[in-house]
Amino acid sequence: MTTTIADLKRQNNERYQRPGNSDYPQETVERIVRPAPDRYRNAIGKFKVDRLANCIACGRCAEVCSYGVHAKPEGYKYTIRPQDYRCIGPACLETGQDCVSQCPVHALRVRLNPNAECLGDPRWSSDLVLATWHMAETGHRPPAHLEYRLGESGGGFDRIRFKFEVDGSEPDRALADKPEDPASNSGPEADTGLELNRRGDNRPRIRIDIPVYGGGMSFGSVSIHTILAKARAMTAWNSFTCTGEGGYPDRLKPYDDHVITQVATGLFGVREETIRRVRIVEFKYAQGAKPGLGGHLLGDKNTPDVAQMRGAVAGNALFSPFPFHSVYSVEDHKKHLDWIKEVNPRCLVSVKVSTPTDVDMVAVGSFYAGAHIIHLDGSYGGTGAAPDIAKKNIAMPIEYAVPKVHKFLSAESIREKVTLIASGGIRTAYDALKAIALGADGVVIGTTEMIALGCVRCSTCESGRGCPRGIASTDPEMVALMPLDWATQRLINLQNAWREQMIYVLKKLGLPSIQSLRGRTDFLCYMDDSINTKDVAK
Amino acid sequence: MPDRYHIHTTITPGRFYRVGKFGGIDWREDCARCSECVKPRCNYEVHEHEALHNRDPRAALRPLYECKACFSCVQGCTKGLLSLSINPEYLEMGDEYWTPDIIHTTWVQADAGKIPVSGAGYRGPFHGTGFDSIWTDMSEIVRPTRDGIHGREYISTSVDIGPKPMRLEFSPDGRMITPPAHLLEIPLPVILDIPAWPVRETGLALARAAAARRLGTVAVLFARDAAAVPESDLGSVVPIVSAEDIEKRRDLIRNSSSMIQLPDGPEIDAAAAEVRKLKPRSIVSVRMTLRPDTADRLVALAGKGLKVFHLCADPHGRERGGDGTPGRHIKDALREIHGRLVGEGFRDEITLITSGGIALAEHMAKAIICGSDLVAADTALLVALGCRVCLNAHSLLIDGADLGSPEFRDPECPIKSAAGDLHYAARRMVNLMGAWHSQLIEVLGAMGIREVRRLRGEVGRAIFREEIEKEAFGDLDRMPMEPVTA
Ligand code: SF4
Ligand code: SF4
Ligand code: SF4
Repeated sequence: MTTTIADLKRQNNERYQRPGNSDYPQETVERIVRPAPDRYRNAIGKFKVDRLANCIACGRCAEVCSYGVHAKPEGYKYTIRPQDYRCIGPACLETGQDCVSQCPVHALRVRLNPNAECLGDPRWSSDLVLATWHMAETGHRPPAHLEYRLGESGGGFDRIRFKFEVDGSEPDRALADKPEDPASNSGPEADTGLELNRRGDNRPRIRIDIPVYGGGMSFGSVSIHTILAKARAMTAWNSFTCTGEGGYPDRLKPYDDHVITQVATGLFGVREETIRRVRIVEFKYAQGAKPGLGGHLLGDKNTPDVAQMRGAVAGNALFSPFPFHSVYSVEDHKKHLDWIKEVNPRCLVSVKVSTPTDVDMVAVGSFYAGAHIIHLDGSYGGTGAAPDIAKKNIAMPIEYAVPKVHKFLSAESIREKVTLIASGGIRTAYDALKAIALGADGVVIGTTEMIALGCVRCSTCESGRGCPRGIASTDPEMVALMPLDWATQRLINLQNAWREQMIYVLKKLGLPSIQSLRGRTDFLCYMDDSINTKDVAK
Repeated sequence: MPDRYHIHTTITPGRFYRVGKFGGIDWREDCARCSECVKPRCNYEVHEHEALHNRDPRAALRPLYECKACFSCVQGCTKGLLSLSINPEYLEMGDEYWTPDIIHTTWVQADAGKIPVSGAGYRGPFHGTGFDSIWTDMSEIVRPTRDGIHGREYISTSVDIGPKPMRLEFSPDGRMITPPAHLLEIPLPVILDIPAWPVRETGLALARAAAARRLGTVAVLFARDAAAVPESDLGSVVPIVSAEDIEKRRDLIRNSSSMIQLPDGPEIDAAAAEVRKLKPRSIVSVRMTLRPDTADRLVALAGKGLKVFHLCADPHGRERGGDGTPGRHIKDALREIHGRLVGEGFRDEITLITSGGIALAEHMAKAIICGSDLVAADTALLVALGCRVCLNAHSLLIDGADLGSPEFRDPECPIKSAAGDLHYAARRMVNLMGAWHSQLIEVLGAMGIREVRRLRGEVGRAIFREEIEKEAFGDLDRMPMEPVTA
């Protein structure tokens, strides 16, 4: 007896009566915010508090500081080393109730922390890194001395504001500073959920609770703890994470329902079985950070485990070519998607592309090929290793691509039938909100998660033993630097802080849901340095 | 298919003092010598190397700058005694155009000729002025060149210099009457030019000629220096000969490469004719300062039969205004000039070489997109040898500096000692060009363009900030950068 495709479909349908497609027992992860302090002994803060040798250990500083910088525990003879990463700096010194002015022997000094000045860059400013660490530690917005909404890149999202941020209607955060956003605790919450299938085909409707999911990072480029923490946190938030191109580690199986299998140009580790067990399959055409160039895993990172999963020989550098060598047209592209849809009749298909000049045409093509999700990956996104020239110069930043595609899809009258996801340079909750107001439905994040796990953007992920902080390394000794539970909690906290900020902004705008913010450029303004403040005041 | 062009690079560590970005601070007096010391655990063995270095009586008194600022030791020290700081010397290097990061990456590229690769995403500002307001395109689907980068197909980076006829003309009896074109084909779109601040050092010129020969390109040299070039490298030399000197330099003109440069001047067409009489197949290129009226001048000169132009911008890539102040960036000037020549109907007869402000491989690609046929590397070659663009009292060439004049300022400079070892200097120049070439291939490959000739003037394959900002953000309300508070 021969099996027909119809038989296969029926079998598949019978097998997949559950909401997800996995036959593996699925784990749940609690969505609870708990403190997850820095995993290093000396946390870095914006300010440094020096205690000089003339301290008489009177304990006065511990009494006055309400941020827990100073402590003299019961029975201790000396005041312990200042936990200066908690210090809020000048804002406290102005009150007069600060340790510096209260110390009877003038033994204390507060200054900018030179370490913090070494941290960060224009895209990810020192403040933004520290603020993200704070959110990952506490699950809430950071105090006022840390800028958590904008970087210092001078363009794109860093030039765009919500009007309420600049028209003077928002209370000065320095005055109304409380770690938690009061807005998130009172009144009905705005809805931050996102619908992923808008095609109206007979495939499942999938709704995630936050307009954010995790970007692809392959096993090999990051540690298994990083992968699992991402998956667990997104399970807690009823969202998704993505395998990246490197196969599907067995340890991910308990989270199958929240995993996106990526099919990329090297087809590393892609098997029919890994396509069947998930609810979303992502086709990666290109990656924003190295658009037009293939993937590249250095030989050092191709450990025996990695090689086994990818079906490759350990120690060899692995290239995935660019692009799919079977795709010369939209029709070829459609065949690819049809193949996936045939293998897994209940999955949604996402197409990840980067941002060429004709990104709008590419998006329309993907829609007609049958994509449920069009995922635009802008050129300033993260990567394990890429030529500097590509990261800086090739393809357009996501800020430009989103409105371009949104307008084009709207003009083609297909905007309501497809979910548009933006990634590659979404650093903050405000970036995400602005991307949505510019026309995206939701965002994918990657670097932000890495920062939350303690990445310092030292850019050495690719060299030698890999990431010195154990985030993007497969060396067992390095991997052990970051415990899984801690990492999971950091990412759950981060999303909580983001969600609080989203709800705060939606309330400010008087919107009931994140979906109603989409395309509302009227809430945004562009900070133009060619306009003079005085002209406007007139 | 021609032999694949390949630049043989040789690992050649710089011999100059290399300023690094991060320095460690270590309050050693409080150290408890605990058993959990973080120093031996540094991924890059920074502390160990430093300890050995400090104990070596012969080691130079200067820091090693190997720290990558991963903060592992800083955050891990049991007593919090370690911290990092940014080296002020690093920030002081260069100027607002030749930034410390550009200088540093140039040093690294000259070490081994490799493409700079790093982890994590892009770190810099969103955009800048000049070349930093252009992004290059990529192509999402298969194009024939796709495999070029990883070796199966060929992306050509060759360009031709010389007058190219727009069409062939035939006599009534069918004989071709268009004279055959004599083109100088070089395998990468860069020639090696005199630095913007000429260091009076013949060794540097000799190294440039040697590097040019190894690369298959040409080096521009003052006639004075060219006279010292050994015969083996002379075929790669483009001498600059002033109109008065043509007769005096006749041997040089005959024996050097087929290209000669003449500084622009009133009698330039006569001078060009004189050169051609001496050497009938020579390619005369006119070297001129880029100015707001350059397009007019080119059209006029083209009418007199001059077809190859070397446009010299200032070290920041700007034209020189009538009153001597800097004008537009070459990106804008080139777009105007290229457009003008296209409009006049003879762009393809002309070769444009652009120099000044070409600091990175991406600048080469972007200058070509804006309409140049090829570029010339100048200051970057000095940086490869350890120059920090201190501009310490140098005279600038663009001001019409006369090397012979007593006012010409040519201070002592570490470059001179580097140029003393010709092979070392030439190898570092070759390495830098090797890295640039590989990066150009990456850019072309991403675009799906098969040869760099087709990139010239292809503004459709680039994203210009002014245009895309209008398209993407044109409908947003504007606010002044300083927020207005009630
Ligand atoms: S108040 Fe001053 S003297 Fe007293 S414990 Fe604090 S630093 Fe020491
Ligand atoms: S190597 Fe540095 S940049 Fe890369 S993940 Fe680790 S900490 Fe981040
Ligand atoms: S910061 Fe990192 S790279 Fe630098 S010395 Fe410490 S451990 Fe080594």
